[in-house]
Amino acid sequence: MPLKYRVLTIIGLCLLSVWFLFPRNVTRRERQPDGTLQDVTVRRVPLQRGLDLKGGTYLALEVDDSKQTIPADQKAEAIDRALKTVRTRIEGFGVSEAVVQKQGNDRIVVQIPGIQDPERARKVVEETAFLEFKITDKTQALERALPKLDQVIKQRGLVAKSDTGAAKAAAAANKGLQGLLTTTDTSKKADTTKKGAVAAKKDSANAADSLKLQPGGALSTLLEQGQMPGEFLVESSKVPVVENYMADSAVRAALPPGKDFVAGTDSMNLQGKWYKTFYLVDSKPIMTGEHLGKARPNTSPSEGTIVEFELDNEGGRRFRAETGKHVHDYMAILLDNRVMGRPPIINSAIGTRGQITMGGKDLAAAQDLALVLNAGALPVKLRVAQVQTIGPSLGQDSIDKGARAGIIAVALVVLIMIVYYRFSGLLAVGGLVLYVLYTLAALAGFDAVLTLPGIAGFVLSIGIAVDANVLIFERIREELDRGKTVRTAIDEGFRHAMPAIVDSNVSTILTAAVLYQYGTGPVKGFAVTLIAGIFASLVTSIFVVRTFYLLWLNRSRGAQTLSI
Amino acid sequence: MLRILHDTKYDFVKYWRTAVAATVAFILLGVALMAYHKERTGEAVNYSIEFTGGTVVQLHFQNGPATADVVRSAVDKAGFSGAEIAAFGSPSEYLVKVPPKAGATAAANADSAGAQIAAQLSQALANNPAKVVRAESVGPRVGAELKTKAFTAILISFLVTLVYLAFRFEWRFGVAAVVATAHDILTTMAFLAMMHLEVSLTVVAALLTVIGYSLNDTIIIFDRVRENLKKQRKESLRDVLNRSINETLPRSVLTHATVLAATMSLLIFAGEVIRPFSWIMAFGVFTGTFSSIYVAGPILLWIEHKWPRSTGSEKKGTARALAEERRRERPTPVGTR
Repeated sequence: MPLKYRVLTIIGLCLLSVWFLFPRNVTRRERQPDGTLQDVTVRRVPLQRGLDLKGGTYLALEVDDSKQTIPADQKAEAIDRALKTVRTRIEGFGVSEAVVQKQGNDRIVVQIPGIQDPERARKVVEETAFLEFKITDKTQALERALPKLDQVIKQRGLVAKSDTGAAKAAAAANKGLQGLLTTTDTSKKADTTKKGAVAAKKDSANAADSLKLQPGGALSTLLEQGQMPGEFLVESSKVPVVENYMADSAVRAALPPGKDFVAGTDSMNLQGKWYKTFYLVDSKPIMTGEHLGKARPNTSPSEGTIVEFELDNEGGRRFRAETGKHVHDYMAILLDNRVMGRPPIINSAIGTRGQITMGGKDLAAAQDLALVLNAGALPVKLRVAQVQTIGPSLGQDSIDKGARAGIIAVALVVLIMIVYYRFSGLLAVGGLVLYVLYTLAALAGFDAVLTLPGIAGFVLSIGIAVDANVLIFERIREELDRGKTVRTAIDEGFRHAMPAIVDSNVSTILTAAVLYQYGTGPVKGFAVTLIAGIFASLVTSIFVVRTFYLLWLNRSRGAQTLSI
Repeated sequence: MLRILHDTKYDFVKYWRTAVAATVAFILLGVALMAYHKERTGEAVNYSIEFTGGTVVQLHFQNGPATADVVRSAVDKAGFSGAEIAAFGSPSEYLVKVPPKAGATAAANADSAGAQIAAQLSQALANNPAKVVRAESVGPRVGAELKTKAFTAILISFLVTLVYLAFRFEWRFGVAAVVATAHDILTTMAFLAMMHLEVSLTVVAALLTVIGYSLNDTIIIFDRVRENLKKQRKESLRDVLNRSINETLPRSVLTHATVLAATMSLLIFAGEVIRPFSWIMAFGVFTGTFSSIYVAGPILLWIEHKWPRSTGSEKKGTARALAEERRRERPTPVGTR
């Protein structure tokens, strides 16, 4: 290649690099939450800092199969569908640059930079958001079933255990709540109820001769009649005990047939004591969230924060028919199997509009619920497999330290090269400057995210990058020792060093590629840095430094000695 | 012209027995230390929570140092007894590692664990509140999966290297290079045990970089051997190897110096988070250099002796050199008993 083109190529590469490194506006077509395509112009800032440098929250979610086993292919499909829902929810969260990705076959990764409240993000993502409308019991079925329930509880040995059980349940109060009747699939629930009922019958038959029914049994003492039919109050401190009872399948089986006993979100203060609400509701919902159209948060003077919702046409029709059948009944609105607020009375058939009372929670909670409802229910229950929160100060500290280490490393390498190779070392340093530019540009071009291991990899690569120069210079020295002229020695030196440079760099690229394939997060960033560094090193040491030599040879025509 | 180690004629190969004894002793010391760690902590290798599952919380005391005892009692009060507590870089920075709950399938809640510990600490030390700067939690299943993944990554990189070198040189060189690389992994593991460093994903990345770096070094020497064999000198492979190592010596010194300079500035200036990575790299420079000379070389000689190429297909220089060597009938060829 003639010298002129070599120089032009280098300048062109530099310009391209600078272009890659400048922030600019990019227009791309994006699917909006409402399904339409729209051109969106975003400001694209190259070399975004990763979560470990910027601070933020990282969540890895997987399908929760602790309650029931789900085959792998169904899991993968469920993850695909869940991915959309999670993405919609996170987008609604109002954080720009949030990333929601599928990782492997069975995991969803959520990265939210700079978020101050990781707990809230976690809740929004984890919520199954399964909405159901159920009618509360008016027949006093639970009161009639209580003796049997007490007996079953006693028989199962739950009373004796209740102390430790309560402590355990208290420690994991959240878990206990979820543990209470978590199955959202109603047909399955009916199934277990039947099976359980048989078991319970057997139990009671065995127990009939050994145990006598005691008045004021384990459960009955804890329950107090609520203010509406089907409502029960449990003292706050006793809630874990009740939940512990309900976690037992035999106890659940002893519940009145076709009814569920579920916890509410409301608590109330009676005579100086705090009580939590529980409800006995029909197992079969009159309606689910499937037909939900739109939901939005609001505040009402009488009920505090609420979420108003609208049903679609078909949902509205069905809702009107169903509520028409249940005039003067109370309708519980269940989200993920917990009754939201206090069930309102149905005065007349309800059409397409309704509302969920948040029970004293703040507007943010209402906003989150509306968001979750709008995005739709998750097809499966997800659980958090990995969570990471990094404070913004730690990230800045890491950047400062990384930059300092990088500058010192560069200074040392430059010093070594110039002291040992003199003028040629200077050329190598010129190559090194371009190396840094090209590497950063390549990283920006790959849309790579800067992580701490990535910075470390980059600093390290500066030390390794001069290796090719060293190999070439040593070869040139050998050729000069053999009495070759300067020009020939340079040509031969480059030629002889080539196989070693190619083989060693290709093998490193292969290793880095394996890292990229099998690594996650920061390690992937490290691999990308390594690969970009190797390519830049090849270009600068073989092409750029060679061009520098040619330029020098041209200027000092007939140079007899080379400073190397 | 500033020159170091120019035109040397050291007989590197001569000392291979001493070198092997030294490296085996080093590795055995590492294994003994692993056994000791297993006895003491139940785990031979100090895996990070990324691999074992559990929760880690990094605390920063805003008004200067605090003692480990204070942190310990606060952590115990918050209900995380059995947690591991260590100063992280400076005495005002602490790392609390909580093992995963038995039977748990999901990640424990890192945020609340951190908040609870911080709350307890602010009660104990009102004038020096602690801030949670990092909280991380990993479910045990993710950890187990990552372990497998890291292991596969190393195995696959071996395989890829072997194939590439077999293609570019020949299988003997490939095997010798891979054995040298395997040696580097063993010595680095021994080094990990000696420093009792935490094995995290970043450390695995460092290990793979060491492998790549050591491989680089081996390839540079092998490239010289390949070239010298082509020159058809009447020289045994042993001498060719020795000469090649000597000829590449200045390059080795220079490159190791620059890489070590970068590694040392990372080790000293880049902070606590990246320190295990820097340690591994610093050690890697030495073990990589060592294995290129004293593992890859002798193994190559040994393989050539054990499975000599048939002289009929004299396409490659190595076979010719080998035939040469056999003709001389050395009484004890290097690399055999």
